[in-house]
Amino acid sequence: MHLTREEEDALDEKHGQSISIAYKILLSIGKATNAERLIPVDWVHLSGVNYNTIGESGVNFLTKYSQEASFVVPTTINPMGYDSHKKTRLSNNFKRQQGEIVKAYEKMGSIPSFSCIPYEIFQLPDREHNVSFAETNAAVMANSVFGLHTNKESSLSALASAVTGKAPYSDLRINSIRDPKIKIKVETELNTELDYGVLGYFSGKSVKESCVSFGDHTSNIDMYKTKSLAAALGTSGACGMFSNRVINGESISFGKEEAKSVMDELNTTESGDVIALGSPQLGMYELKLLSDMIGDKKFSKKCMIFCPRSIYEKASNSGIAQRLENAEANLICDACTCLSPLLTHEEYDGVITNSVKAAHYLNKSNGVSVCLNDLRSIIREHTK
Amino acid sequence: MNYIKCKVIVGGRASGRLLATKQPINFLSSVDHSTGMITDKNHDLCGRSLKNHVLVFPYSVGSSVGAYSIFALKSNSVSPSAIICTLKADITTASGCAIANIPLLELCRDRDIPEFENYDEGIIDGISGILQIKKV
Repeated sequence: MHLTREEEDALDEKHGQSISIAYKILLSIGKATNAERLIPVDWVHLSGVNYNTIGESGVNFLTKYSQEASFVVPTTINPMGYDSHKKTRLSNNFKRQQGEIVKAYEKMGSIPSFSCIPYEIFQLPDREHNVSFAETNAAVMANSVFGLHTNKESSLSALASAVTGKAPYSDLRINSIRDPKIKIKVETELNTELDYGVLGYFSGKSVKESCVSFGDHTSNIDMYKTKSLAAALGTSGACGMFSNRVINGESISFGKEEAKSVMDELNTTESGDVIALGSPQLGMYELKLLSDMIGDKKFSKKCMIFCPRSIYEKASNSGIAQRLENAEANLICDACTCLSPLLTHEEYDGVITNSVKAAHYLNKSNGVSVCLNDLRSIIREHTK
Repeated sequence: MNYIKCKVIVGGRASGRLLATKQPINFLSSVDHSTGMITDKNHDLCGRSLKNHVLVFPYSVGSSVGAYSIFALKSNSVSPSAIICTLKADITTASGCAIANIPLLELCRDRDIPEFENYDEGIIDGISGILQIKKV
């Protein structure tokens, strides 16, 4: 990858160690993705905010890194481990370490969004602009729905973009690669958001390409189904974009058997003692849908609903949050179901959710069994 | 002994027993960061440790935080000594290795992929991009 004179100087620590580290990261990902040069990006979204995911070494890295580095483009950040406005039984050590992470990002100049759905709460750059989005669902949504150009960035590659304002010009930033070369031939009915999540998870595992076509199946689907599909696609694979363009190329079949194999892997218990909704975090559309479905009923099991704080405030203004709280749901801001330290196997035997992404991480990282079901069925079975 | 020319993504010299798989890895959800063990029951390396091995795998999948996971493995002294991507060196693996100073090579795409399972040890020269594999 070609670096300008100024970029070479930055790599050689002429502008400090933090900038040099950022260029070292950009150089490595530029080589990996065969980029010829760096280009400017207009927005960055960072993952690596939850102490449960980055651990002590991540805290130490960020604390040191933030002493010198600062962000040069608008930079939003992912959810952290818990809702600091609510009482929690998490250990003091967890809260202290989480606090250090938040402090480090603040010091570098991040927007304190604590959300994995920046596309629902911010006015992002216009279509075709380059951005750097870590957080897999956000990257897939940015490319597939909002027409932004990003690779499926890592926490560290996006951090390097936030500090330099640049990213390698490669892969999904190149128009020809955004044309799908492979399609999923859907041979089963897709009705619920869970069906779309299962389709996404299967596709991520099956496709090696950066962009996949689902044809008409993704043309007119609502926000819940779209987010479910994008999050699951990003969780199981390397694919960073889906398209509804109908193509004649290579195809992979997705039928009842393929859907069953995903459910067999992720649906690991018949029921659970807590309901967790929101991975990705829920937006206004989903909170309203949920509140309409519940009506005057109440949850018969503990229910946690994860959403960004700005969405919670909007939902409070319109009375939706109160309706959900009257149904005895606990609305949790700034955190997310997936990899939440609030959902552990010590505390719960099983988690009921409609999120395939959450099911993956709850099973494999938190070690909690998961009962996967669609939202309508969860509401039908667990409210009265 | 077999010499394979690779593309250098992160430079450096290293050696170790080969740990090869044809399955991608999600470094966040499939690896215990304090022990280096692969914990995902659906992965064919489940129960194996990455520590001091030359990890040979196609590419990483899933979480963007996987880059921090690679760094955590290194900080906890349980990381692979080097990594070879057989299909594509992806952004998560490359950025994690860059920060953790773990040599990372990518097999050149125009070459046949050797049957790594038949070899025991790998020596990497991440300066010239030569991977040497041998049976012990």
